[in-house]
Amino acid sequence: MKYYTEDHEWVDVVGNEATIGISEHAASELGDITFVELPSEGDDYIIGDTVATVESVKAASDVYSPISGTVSVVNDDLNDDPGMINKSAESKGWICKMKDFDSTELDDMMNAEAYARYLRTLE
Amino acid sequence: MSEELKSTVLCNEHMTLNARMVPFSGWNMPVQYAEGILAEHQHTREHVSLFDICHMGEIKVFGKGAREALDKILARPVFDQSLGSCRYNFLLNDAGGVIDDLIVYYLGEDDYFIVTNAARRDDDVAQIRKHLPNGIELVDISDETAKLDLQGPESATVISELTGLQICELPKYFRWQWVEIDGIRVLLSRTGYTGELGFELYFPMDKAVTLWRRLLQFKNVKPAGLGARDTLRLEMGMALYGHELNLETTPLEAGYGFMLKMEDFPSREFIGRKALENTPGERELVAVYLEGRRAAREHTELLDINQNTIGIVTSGGFAPSLGHAIALAYVSKGSVNKNDAVFLNVGKSQIQGKIGGLPFYTNGTARNKI
Repeated sequence: MKYYTEDHEWVDVVGNEATIGISEHAASELGDITFVELPSEGDDYIIGDTVATVESVKAASDVYSPISGTVSVVNDDLNDDPGMINKSAESKGWICKMKDFDSTELDDMMNAEAYARYLRTLE
Repeated sequence: MSEELKSTVLCNEHMTLNARMVPFSGWNMPVQYAEGILAEHQHTREHVSLFDICHMGEIKVFGKGAREALDKILARPVFDQSLGSCRYNFLLNDAGGVIDDLIVYYLGEDDYFIVTNAARRDDDVAQIRKHLPNGIELVDISDETAKLDLQGPESATVISELTGLQICELPKYFRWQWVEIDGIRVLLSRTGYTGELGFELYFPMDKAVTLWRRLLQFKNVKPAGLGARDTLRLEMGMALYGHELNLETTPLEAGYGFMLKMEDFPSREFIGRKALENTPGERELVAVYLEGRRAAREHTELLDINQNTIGIVTSGGFAPSLGHAIALAYVSKGSVNKNDAVFLNVGKSQIQGKIGGLPFYTNGTARNKI
């Protein structure tokens, strides 16, 4: 099941693993992404912490951890190809995976349909 | 409440091309089109791009004695400019600070055309007018004058086809000539802000949409926005007013002292000269080559190997043609030498760079013989 935040992060939960990234909308708004500062495996984050920083040609943007948990895997491919986030923000452009997360935090997030409605309110 | 943004006459054209519009110097300008800054940057380096620069200011100064008058007002010599030339120049205040960087076109005897930054236009007009003797006219023609930049190695073939001139008949680097394109009289100069072979076109504003569309009919010509304009100029190490140049900075600090020829013409007077002679400046502009893709933006502090603060970044970003980040920074004079390591605190980490020479990107075609 995939959830979205109002800050345009997404979390995809499969079993006890949560994959995190930024939405296609966020990637498109940022423009060409040229650098991603990834978290380190084993680091703990609380919901709302800056878990990554995404730089576009024009500006740097923090990515806030949508959940509290421990980073289990990072997407190292983004070091050489940060533009993958522009090409595939919600699939190959994932940022990291987390374990030991607090699944009750997902209750406050939007599903894909609600997020789409939310985006329309921003237009 | 901020002043309302102005739009160029090409605003609807930009909207049609799915441009992303942003405020810039009081104007609503395209920062990028659908393909994005990196693609536009690359296209300019390899092919040819079209930029809407109608926001910039243009003024005319003319009348008997205009040459001597401008030579006394502007920091770089005007008196020895040859007919058909255009020259990068500076308008200073009495303290030697830069009011604006300009291009001065020598149109004819005592007849000059000066291109200014959009946000500096009114201050330029005021300063020049204040120092012009009676009988010499200054007319601000910005509102009637369109400016389009056609930049990239393939620009000469496009201009050749539009004007019917052979490529070898087009102006040489920093020269200009009158040409006609579809019945429109265009001041065409071989100048630009990208480091590539390119031209700047000045013509009546009411023809801007026509000529914009005509240029985009060429399959290899694509529109490019201010985002790519900035990455392209930064790779060349070219100054941008408000960043490397401002009222508190002298052209000597910015590295343009050699252009002023103060030693060659010791008795030539111009506004700001005394201040430049008395206070040569405590800072110098340096080029920083960062190790990775991570950018150090404007206002980031520059540290030396002992972690002492030595300066501050004025422009910085990812350099698409180099594959790593670069920055221009002002440092205390003599605090670093070429090849010295420098450090910058960015976010949670410290990134490393090396002082090097300019331009950052050395394969530009701007000066190529055509």
